Amino acid sequence: MLSYILRKLALIVPTFIGISICAFAFVRLLPGDPILAMAGEHGVTPERYEILREQFGFNVPIWQQYFNYLGQVLTGDFGTSIATKRPVLTEFLTLFPATVELSFFALVFAIVLGIPAGIFAAVKRGSWFDQITMGVALTGYSMPIFWWGLLLIIFFSNGLGWTPVSGRIALNFFFRPITGFMTIDSLLYGNWAAFVSSLRYLILPSIVLGTIPLAVIARQTRSAMLEVLGEDYVRTARAKGLSALRVVNVHALRNALIPVVTTIGLQVGLLVAGAILTETIFSWPGIGKWMIDSIFRRDYAVVQSGLLLIALIVMVVNLIVDVLYAVINPRIRVQ
Amino acid sequence: MTDQPVPTAPPPRTRSERWAALAEFWHYFSVNKGAVIGLFVFAFMVLVAILAPLIAPHLPDVQYRDAIRTPPIWDANGDPRFILGTDPVGRDILSRLIHGARYSLFIGLMVVTGALFVGVFLGVLAGYFRGWVDVVIMRIMDIILAFPPLLLALVLVAILGPGLFNAMLAIALVLQPHFARLTRAAVMAEKNREYVTSARLAGAGNLRLMLVTILPNCLGPLIIQATMSFSNAILEAAALGFLGMGAQPPTPEWGTMLADGRGDITRAPWIVTFPGLAILITVLAINLIGDGLRDALDPKLKRS
Repeated sequence: MLSYILRKLALIVPTFIGISICAFAFVRLLPGDPILAMAGEHGVTPERYEILREQFGFNVPIWQQYFNYLGQVLTGDFGTSIATKRPVLTEFLTLFPATVELSFFALVFAIVLGIPAGIFAAVKRGSWFDQITMGVALTGYSMPIFWWGLLLIIFFSNGLGWTPVSGRIALNFFFRPITGFMTIDSLLYGNWAAFVSSLRYLILPSIVLGTIPLAVIARQTRSAMLEVLGEDYVRTARAKGLSALRVVNVHALRNALIPVVTTIGLQVGLLVAGAILTETIFSWPGIGKWMIDSIFRRDYAVVQSGLLLIALIVMVVNLIVDVLYAVINPRIRVQ
Repeated sequence: MTDQPVPTAPPPRTRSERWAALAEFWHYFSVNKGAVIGLFVFAFMVLVAILAPLIAPHLPDVQYRDAIRTPPIWDANGDPRFILGTDPVGRDILSRLIHGARYSLFIGLMVVTGALFVGVFLGVLAGYFRGWVDVVIMRIMDIILAFPPLLLALVLVAILGPGLFNAMLAIALVLQPHFARLTRAAVMAEKNREYVTSARLAGAGNLRLMLVTILPNCLGPLIIQATMSFSNAILEAAALGFLGMGAQPPTPEWGTMLADGRGDITRAPWIVTFPGLAILITVLAINLIGDGLRDALDPKLKRS
């Protein structure tokens, strides 16, 4: 098991170096001069330009700039945002909980609905429930989520006035973040009204972000279930006279859930991509919106390190999923 | 699963054998009713795209300044000239949607073709030669896959400059690793089969073995992947257009049309409703076809 983890870790190192080269190169390839971008409309004198160039390390050869950057990153220095003058890592850590909170609720929404729907669809294969569920799932899978978000806003926020349109919590609630998760912080402060408010702000974005994972999980659960239900040991369990409920819950479900767990894990990378659109639509102050804003603002430092941090998180999550998969399914460890 | 020397049937040679294979494929494909519906919807979309200038009631860019934000025809304030209403500058939404079909299908086609060729080429190289070629190619694919696809496409478009062509290029690059991985795995599985060995003994060169002998037998999964990528490409291009990084206004691309209507969702919700619906229907149709193809081409599912 340990050797399996080490082998996987060893594979991450070259990928990480590749990612850091890419992130570094992308930012150098972006059109426009970062220092002029920083100076804004006022411009800079040639002397000041040279000073800034030196200050940001743009005066040394490009490969040396890369190694300087890599050295800084390895010591935890991800540079300073050109727009806000704050360390990129600080900004990232401030905004990241918002994205995690949103992704968490989106995943909960997807799992709580998706797994039971997939199981019932498989057990009642070919029934109207199966057909409708799979039709809805494929529709969800095909959904342009930026449009889905707008549609829900039109209907629930503008039409019925049930849910707020944008932000994380009503403006009259304000407290210093402890964990950065609005739902947890409001409870820690004992502010029940704030907790309810934060949940209301979470509903629509969570549904929008959770729609595609929901569809994927439902479909995957169904096909995994169908495969397992056809296995010999399930037939044996049935032949022994066990109740249908017991056969499904005990014998089939456990084995069917193995690929589903992997699917859920793999959704995490897609959640980040989905968060870009969802956060933009709902003005959710997370890393997705932060990246978009930074790309438009040409905030090179943020784009470079943001890409690196996001790719790193996706890789680590995928590694954890791989390891978990190997833990549940010993066949994987060999080879 | 790959090491057993299972003798596979040689690819069909004669015309009648090909027809039989096609008939068998259609038999399994048409069992899936959703897939047939998807195929019809998709064919309809293709027809609409081809005939766009003939069937669109108005030109996509003409601004009827006297009819700004006209609601759809079934609304009390609707105007019979504009069936699905008009946008904030008075352009006919239906006509723009019809012309937009051209963009979406063109994007899907070009992106998939590009991603397919590059991905298959790299995948065949990696799977056939293995060794350092394999390591280098697959590491690069891993790096591309480590980034969230939309984010990578966004950064690439920011580098190349916003626009439809650059968006297509970026999306093709992001989708291509899936083809490479798939082809590599399929080539590795087929490489040691008996028919390949016999072709080699008969004197076939590397290029012939790769492209003529092995590749046609890896087509099934590639066709399925191409279908999925087609719908992904349309979705991502629309997302880029929505974020202002894809097709630029006044192009009647569906994602860009959505972005145009975003400011008006309270006053004129129909402006964003229809382009999104068009995207959804097109993508859904393609995904339905994809499911049908999977049923028809995946031998593991076929016999169950």
